[in-house]
Amino acid sequence: MQSFLLLALILLSIGGYTLGRKRAVAVAGGHIRNLHSLPSFYGSYAALWCGLPALIVFAVWATLQPGIIIDLVVAGLPPELRDLPPDRLNLLVNDLKNLVSGNIVSSTPDPAMLAAADRYRNLQVIGNASLWVVVMTLAIAGVAYAWRAISPTLRARNRVERVVDLFLIASSTVAIFTTVGIVLSVVFESILFFRQVPITEFLFGLQWSPQTALRADQVGSSGAFGSVPLFAGTLLISGIAMVVAVPIGLMSALFLSEYATPKFRAVAKPALEILAGIPTVVYGFFAALTVAPLIREIGAAMGLHVASESALAAGLVMGIMIIPFVSSLSDDVINAVPQSMRDGSYALGATKSETIQRVLLPAALPGIVGSILLAVSRAIGETMIVVMAAGLSANLTANPLEAVTTVTVQIVTLLTGDQEFDSPKTLAAFALGLMLFVVTLILNIIALHVVRKYREQYE
Amino acid sequence: MSTTAIETKVALDQALNLDTAPRKQSSVEVTDYNNRQTVGNITVDNPKMVCRGVNVYYGEKHAIKNVGLDIGANEVIAFIGPSGCGKSTFLRCLNRMNDTIPICRVTGQIRLDSDDIYDKSIDVVQLRARVGMVFQKPNPFPKSIYENVAYGPRIHGMVNDKAELDDLVRASLERAGLIKEVDKRMGEPGTSLSGGQQQRLCIARAIAVNPEVILMDEPCSALDPIATAKIEELIDELRENYTIIIVTHSMQQAARVSQRTAYFHLGDLIEVGDTDQIFTNPKHKLTEDYITGRFG
Repeated sequence: MQSFLLLALILLSIGGYTLGRKRAVAVAGGHIRNLHSLPSFYGSYAALWCGLPALIVFAVWATLQPGIIIDLVVAGLPPELRDLPPDRLNLLVNDLKNLVSGNIVSSTPDPAMLAAADRYRNLQVIGNASLWVVVMTLAIAGVAYAWRAISPTLRARNRVERVVDLFLIASSTVAIFTTVGIVLSVVFESILFFRQVPITEFLFGLQWSPQTALRADQVGSSGAFGSVPLFAGTLLISGIAMVVAVPIGLMSALFLSEYATPKFRAVAKPALEILAGIPTVVYGFFAALTVAPLIREIGAAMGLHVASESALAAGLVMGIMIIPFVSSLSDDVINAVPQSMRDGSYALGATKSETIQRVLLPAALPGIVGSILLAVSRAIGETMIVVMAAGLSANLTANPLEAVTTVTVQIVTLLTGDQEFDSPKTLAAFALGLMLFVVTLILNIIALHVVRKYREQYE
Repeated sequence: MSTTAIETKVALDQALNLDTAPRKQSSVEVTDYNNRQTVGNITVDNPKMVCRGVNVYYGEKHAIKNVGLDIGANEVIAFIGPSGCGKSTFLRCLNRMNDTIPICRVTGQIRLDSDDIYDKSIDVVQLRARVGMVFQKPNPFPKSIYENVAYGPRIHGMVNDKAELDDLVRASLERAGLIKEVDKRMGEPGTSLSGGQQQRLCIARAIAVNPEVILMDEPCSALDPIATAKIEELIDELRENYTIIIVTHSMQQAARVSQRTAYFHLGDLIEVGDTDQIFTNPKHKLTEDYITGRFG
C-alpha cells in the first residue's frame, strides 16, 4: 500500500521532470540560450518540488500514524481495559495488533477486543487513504508551483545546487548521529551495569567469571566482573600481532614502492591485498588446526609447556591477517612522497636506503602511523581467530604460550545465550564495549600526537 | 682554435682513450636546417668533464644523439634550446641521475677528470657527491633549515662532531648568501622559506658536500625576478670554486651568467661556443632562429 504510494511519487517526479523541462523550453520560445539554466535544471527543479515536500510529509506521516492509531484505539477501549497497568496494556495492544494482522493471539478474543480490532482496521484504512490524498495533492501542487515559477530568469541551476548541498550535509550527518547514538546507548546500558557491579571492581578486578544466578540457591554462580584479564589478553594478542605485522608490512611496503619493478608491483600488491579479503573464520581454523598444534609441538620439543590454545597462535595468525593493512596503505603514502624529494636526496649522493630512512619515512610518517592504527583497531576488534585459537578462559598472564581471551570474545559469549537482558551478565557486554571504545579512542589520540610531533610536512 | 691546438686536443683525447671522431664538426656557417652537425669547438683547454658520443634512449625514443662536449674547469656553461630538446636529459647524464629512471639507457663516454663516470668501478653515490645538482623546482626536504644543509655532510661522514657540522652548515649557508636571512631560524622547516630562499637553501645543501661540479636544471624558472637576480649573482660568485652547468630557458640569463653556451635541438648539440659569439654571431641557422625568437 505505502510502497505503491512511494512508487507513484517517483513516477510523478519523473513526470514533473519532463514537464519542467518542456515548460522551460516553451517559455524560452524554443531558444535554450534565453534560459538562465539548462532545461534539465528546470526539470530537476520541478521534480524536486514535486517529490521532496511530498516525501517529507509521507515520512513524517508514516512514522506518526501507528502511534496515533493505537492511542485512539486505546482511548476507545472499555474503561476496565483502558485502566490496566502499562505492561499489561502493552500486551493487550500486541494482541490487538496480532488480531488485526491475523496472527495467532494469546487468548480467545472477547467482544471488546474484536470491536477494538475493527476500529483499528478502520482507522488504518482511513489513515492510509488520507495519506494518499495528502501526498498526491502535495506532489501535484508542487509541480503546479514549479510550472508557474519557471521563467527564463528563474535561477533553477542555483536552486538545484542548494538542494544538492542539503543532501550532502544530511548524508554526512548520518554517520555522526549514528556514532553519537551508539555511544549514548552503550553509555546508558553501562550505567545500568555499574549500578549492579561497582565500577572499581570492573576496572581493577583481576577475576573474570561472569556467572550470575538464575535461582537464588544456585551453586557456583557468584559473578566476578574484573575486566583486567580481558584487556591484558587483548593487549597480549594484539601486541603479538603487531610485532608480526608492522615490520613485515612496512618492509614489504618499502620493497613494493622503492625497489620492486613496476611489473612485480602490479602482481604483488593485489596479491597482498587478497590477504585482507580472506574471511577471518578461515584464518581462525588455520590458526586452530595448523598453527596452534605446530607451536605446541615446537614447544614440546624445546621442553616448554604450551597450551593447545595459545595467545601466540592467535597473535601470529592475526599478525598475518593485518599485514596488508600496514603494507598496502604505507605503500600508497610512501609512493605519494614527491619524486623531487628522492631526487634531492640522490643528487646529494645518498643511497636508496639512506633516502628511505631519512627522507621518505619521515615524510610519510602520518600515513604510516595511520595504517598501523588501522591495523591495531583491526587487531583489537578481531574476534573469530581468538575464539578459535586462543580459547575462552580469562587467564591473567603475560605468557604467550597460555590460553587467554579478549574483550570482544567475551562480549560475544555474554550476548549469545538465553539470559534475561537486564542481568549483569548481559549488561557487562556494554560496559566492555564502552571500555574498548575508550581505549581505542585514547590510542588514536596518542597516535595523533605522535604524528603531529614527528611529522615532516612536504607541501 | 688553431690547427695545432686541435691536434693537441686529439692527442689528449687519445691519451684519455676517447673516441676522437664522434661526429663531424664544422667551424663554418651552416644554413641548412637539416644539417645537424655540431658547429663550433666542443673542446676546451682545461676540461673538467669530457663527453664523447653520448646517446640517451628513453625506451624507444632517442633523446640525445651522439653528443660530444667538454666542460671547462671553473666555467659556467649554459645549455639552451627549445622545450624537449634534451638539454635537461643531457644534464642528468652528468651525475647519472638518469639511472633512477628505469627505461633510460645511456651510451658513450663521460669523464670527470680522468674517471669514466659510467665505468663499473665508479660508485654512483660518490659521483653524485662530486657532481651536485640543483633542480628546477626548489625541493628542500621537509626538515629544518639546519637539517637540510646537514643532510649531505651527515651521510658522507664529512664531520667529526657537532661543532664542525655547525661550522660547515653556517659556511654553506654563507656561501649561498642565505645566512643573514636564516641565522635566527635554523630550526624552522625549510619549506617555510620563500621560493627564492628555498632555492638558495638547495644550493647551500648542494655545496655543503663540497662538490666539484654543480648542475643546475632551470634553477630560476619557478622564481620571481628579484630572487632570480640573487641566484644569478650567487652563480657568478660560485664560479670561483666550482664548475657550473646551467640549463635555462631564459636566453638573457644564459647571456648574463655563462661564459660558454651550448644550443641543443631535438636531441642534437647544434652549436657550442663562447656566450658572446653565440648571442651576437650564431653560426648555425637553427641557433640564429632560436636566439632571435623565431621559435622555442
